[in-house]
Amino acid sequence: MKSVKNHLSLVVALLSILFSMQVFFIVERSIDAYKVNLSNNYSVIAVSKKELSSDEFKGINKIISNAEELSPDSVIKRLTSDMKSTNVELLKLTLPKFYKLSLTYYPTPQEIKKLRSDLLGSGSITKVEDFSHNHDTVYKLLLLFKKVVALFAIVVLIVTVLLIFKELRIWQYKHNERMTIMGLFGAALWLRSAVLFRLAIVDALVASFLAFGVFMYLSSSAWVAEQFNNIGINVLIFNPIEDFLIILGVAITISILLASLIVLGHKEEA
Amino acid sequence: MDNVIIAKDLSLSYSNNETIINKATFSISSGSFVFITGASGSGKSTLLKSLFGALNPKQGSLVVGGVELNGVSRSKLNFLRRHLGIVFQDYKLVKEWSIEKNIMLPLLINGYVKSVALNQVEKLLKHVRLNHQTGKYPFELSGGEQQRVAMARALAHNPILILADEPTGNLDEYSSQLIWNLLEGANNQLKTTVIVVTHHIPKSLNVDYKHFHIEYGSIHEVR
Ligand SMILES: Nc1ncnc2c1ncn2[C@@H]1O[C@H](COP(=O)(O)OP(=O)(O)O)[C@@H](O)[C@H]1O
Ligand SMILES: [Mg+2]
Repeated sequence: MKSVKNHLSLVVALLSILFSMQVFFIVERSIDAYKVNLSNNYSVIAVSKKELSSDEFKGINKIISNAEELSPDSVIKRLTSDMKSTNVELLKLTLPKFYKLSLTYYPTPQEIKKLRSDLLGSGSITKVEDFSHNHDTVYKLLLLFKKVVALFAIVVLIVTVLLIFKELRIWQYKHNERMTIMGLFGAALWLRSAVLFRLAIVDALVASFLAFGVFMYLSSSAWVAEQFNNIGINVLIFNPIEDFLIILGVAITISILLASLIVLGHKEEA
Repeated sequence: MDNVIIAKDLSLSYSNNETIINKATFSISSGSFVFITGASGSGKSTLLKSLFGALNPKQGSLVVGGVELNGVSRSKLNFLRRHLGIVFQDYKLVKEWSIEKNIMLPLLINGYVKSVALNQVEKLLKHVRLNHQTGKYPFELSGGEQQRVAMARALAHNPILILADEPTGNLDEYSSQLIWNLLEGANNQLKTTVIVVTHHIPKSLNVDYKHFHIEYGSIHEVR
């Protein structure tokens, strides 16, 4: 019971750090997935004097993934209800070409500006409609969301670190006595601190595996999957190898850092 | 006979610079049994602390077991301490360790093989009459029993020098007697040098002892 209590405080603190970190990753991935989603629904209209192929458009700016020519038929129909068909064909030839450009990913406002000037500077394109006002609003909303989540993660981190430091003083006191006694019998520093480092590493492992269990559960949960489906994105909640290694690395680094702080702060009483 | 302790013009003080021991010169030969007495606050514990390197000499030279302690390096001090057995008035046992593990500490530090160490601990527990208390923790024992654990720890690694600060200060009669017997035995049988700070020199002791008295910062050899 006593040994469980010894471990609990650091494990809980580590868990809250690992959780806020992983949640931040998930949000970042969601935003990326959402951006792909947006780019599928976002397109730029370009008007050209002459016919241009999809590849020619790609040559103008790499962000363009596809160009689809818009048929002018519906426009022409309204204009030409009482025109002879030969004249209509003639009119069609003189009309500029309209293209709907799809993009590989959701661009930043700067990238849109660049795309626009690239297109207009290419020669045959005379007009570009990028719906930039619309775009800017959505983009700014996304950035705001990301900032809020990052802020939240940082606040959790700061609060946790403060809690850990408070705990550290108790630890320092607790371990100081044993380390002093070991020192009186000539134990070298590494031996005096071995117990502490073992405790720290065990706690890091426990916290990492707990986090692993929870995130594995979440990533297999139907309810969570449904929430993401509802906003139309597919997000990797937890990569059992890569994400776990990151979690393990962070947990071990933090706990070893804490143990080192205790060892460095160790004062022998004369 | 070699001198295990040689002090020359040794002065001791704490950070407030008040002199506790003033230019003391003395030596203690290997294998002797030494009592240190003095009024409360006279500097007995301070002197003992300097002998195991917990207080660096303010001035002068202090050589213990061939190691100059004035300005000693941490690694040399660790080396010396591995050959000392120290007993404190407040026992200084590790709370979260069983009594066996506490006794094993010097063996662990000196790199004994686990099986040898366990064997040694078993013998020591019998020696200090605590073999019925195995597996217990310090807080489950009386003061006298805790001091016997500390005594077993001090003897575990056959130290060259035992330093004891009022080891029987507030113990029951039985434990006190046992502690004196153990110190006497170590000195008689193993020729271990023993230095004990005490208020009362026990009458029934079967050793030829020396006696230093501390007064006004000076150390006098009484006997
Ligand atoms: N850590 C310390 N810092 C400053 N002064 C101390 C410290 N320990 C003891 N003293 C002072 O040194 C003097 C001698 O103390 P001590 O050696 O403990 O006496 P005793 O002979 O009773 O063992 C006392 O005046 C005491 O107040
Ligand atoms: Mg004292």
